[in-house]
Amino acid sequence: MMSDEQQSLPSHVQIDEQPLQRQQLFHPRANTVAKVSIIGGLLAVALAFFLWGVYTRSPYYTGATVTVDQPVPFSHKHHVGELGIDCRMCHTSVEQSASAGMPATQTCMTCHSQIWANSPVLAPVHESFRSGVPIAWNRVYELPGYVYFNHSIHVQKGIGCVSCHGQIDEMPLTAKAVPLTMQWCLNCHRAPEKYIRPRDEVFNTRWVAQDQLTQGRKLVDDYHIVAGGRLTNCSICHR
Amino acid sequence: MQGDRIQPIAPIEPVLKPGHTYASISDKISDIVVKRKTTLGWFLGFGIAFSLTMVLFASITYLFIKGVGIWGVDIPVAWGFAIINFVWWIGIGHAGTLISAFLLLMRQDWRTSINRFAEAMTLFAVACAGLFPILHLGRPWLFYWLIPYPNTMGLWPQFRSPLDWDFFAVSTYATVSLLFWYIGLIPDVASLRDRTEKRLPRLIFGIMALGWRGSAQHWHRFQMAYLLMAGLATPLVVSVHSIVSIDFAAAIIPGWHSTIFPPYFVIGAIFSGFAMVLTLAIPLRRFFGLQDFVTLRHINIMAKLLLLMGLGVSYGYLMELFMAWYSGDQFETYVSLNRLTGPYWPIFAGVIACNVLAPQLLWFPRVRTNTLALFGVALIVNVGMWLERFMIVVTSLHRDFLPSSWGMYRPTFWDWSTFLGTLGLFFTLFFLFVRVLPMIPMFEMRELLTHREGHTREEQQKLAVEPEGSVA
Repeated sequence: MMSDEQQSLPSHVQIDEQPLQRQQLFHPRANTVAKVSIIGGLLAVALAFFLWGVYTRSPYYTGATVTVDQPVPFSHKHHVGELGIDCRMCHTSVEQSASAGMPATQTCMTCHSQIWANSPVLAPVHESFRSGVPIAWNRVYELPGYVYFNHSIHVQKGIGCVSCHGQIDEMPLTAKAVPLTMQWCLNCHRAPEKYIRPRDEVFNTRWVAQDQLTQGRKLVDDYHIVAGGRLTNCSICHR
Repeated sequence: MQGDRIQPIAPIEPVLKPGHTYASISDKISDIVVKRKTTLGWFLGFGIAFSLTMVLFASITYLFIKGVGIWGVDIPVAWGFAIINFVWWIGIGHAGTLISAFLLLMRQDWRTSINRFAEAMTLFAVACAGLFPILHLGRPWLFYWLIPYPNTMGLWPQFRSPLDWDFFAVSTYATVSLLFWYIGLIPDVASLRDRTEKRLPRLIFGIMALGWRGSAQHWHRFQMAYLLMAGLATPLVVSVHSIVSIDFAAAIIPGWHSTIFPPYFVIGAIFSGFAMVLTLAIPLRRFFGLQDFVTLRHINIMAKLLLLMGLGVSYGYLMELFMAWYSGDQFETYVSLNRLTGPYWPIFAGVIACNVLAPQLLWFPRVRTNTLALFGVALIVNVGMWLERFMIVVTSLHRDFLPSSWGMYRPTFWDWSTFLGTLGLFFTLFFLFVRVLPMIPMFEMRELLTHREGHTREEQQKLAVEPEGSVA
């Protein structure tokens, strides 16, 4: 695309008084290369940004729907869905404190001292019971240190377990049901009426709203949830 | 012209010394890049600048390891050197844009020979400036949160904050300045491509020239693009530093919360910018023997502009003091008194000496055309404008409304090393620029010659027949 055509200069411009006799600097195909590299460069940048957006939303990055290995393959599907054990049987502090609490080995042993007592799958439970060293469960819902999440306030204000933990009663192995991005948190904090339920139904994994918005608006009112600003104030979650 | 008029003390020189042809202009400018050997002086200057750049990189590395605690910033003075240097550098850039864009639209022919390196100065100054706001963040790797993009946090930047406008202003400024500079370079790198013997430089210049052949169509489109870019860049002369000033003025701190800030900052920016252009132009024309192109006429005009802008900032200082008294506001009054008599009084005294008193020398034509004296004044103004930003940032913050929160700010070693490091970065880039690119636009100088030939006899005489000057 360089000097491969004859030069036509306006009268007042002289680029060179002694034109150098040289071979062509660029092959004619350089024209194509130049155009492709300009457009391709822009497209590559756009594509890089797009792929970055896809990546940061993918389960590979957020961990949503990805099961986490545990020392014992505990099944919420069996215990909650099939046996009907209440969430609070194991997660005892969920209504009173920030952390829902993990059950002590003794809680497991209430049943498993009798049932499946010799199963090798439960060996870590029995080992923990004997030694007194708690089972080291692996965290599924990992929040950054600067997020101060509190279970009790959410439970008290009518946010059901399944709103964040998904259909836990159908999970043979526990996985994070949601991406847990800040955007996901804000979806509810910006419009709690879309997700809120009566307090009595918080632990009901099968509850379905009849008319979520109408009921939701009423509940937001009844539970004195000050929407519009307060819930999206930075220091609600970050202190 | 002489006749019964009073003979001017310094004769008016032409913008281009007589006797030049198209070829001699191109030769003289392009030879610096393609023919002449790299001088020892260049290596020396580059070496010093490059060492300072390494100091900058070391300081930044240590900063990233340890955090902003290595600087002197603390509460109440949370904006220290980083913001002072940011405002100083970004201000310096403004003269480049003013010269290249605004004066192009105004058809001021004296801008021609100084616009290329003034624009380069703008670019490099913006590069130095742009570092500081990022460095002073607690978590600098998250600076891209200033960009509005669809993120997984479900958040936009705070569009009501001038700090965010600042980000847009500076990034727009950097982009437009780069494009404007590059478009202006195209015909000249094409000349360099045709004048270089070695293959690699030819290829590089060839790629940069984007296939420029100098056809009438090329020139037509080029002129149109250049004018359009000038039109885009001209508002930036005013907008960028106005927004920088609103970073301060939007806060309620006495000494910052003032409506005069936007014009006051813009004038200060152009003031410091012209000082820096002179600081660069005077040694450049001497070391590279460019007195024919950057004549005493250029120097004289820039000195006059420096004086004008100096009077502008003096007005700003006066108004700040006047408003402090006239408002009757206890806190405003105290800030002014504290500047005059408080622990930072030497800064205020320095500002007045450098920015108000020193430029008064430029009333004298002898000083304006004495390059050594003018160089001295320009350096003093550079220092003065840096002190002014220190005064604005630090003295306003260190004593705010509550005496219980008062404190002092003392820069640390790392503050100084980062600042000096950016000076190194600036001059490193500048040394590279004068070595590999034509520092004066050849095609515009040739155009100047054409215009001159087309002018009337009287004007021709005015341009060409003037005496060579009693000073040189």
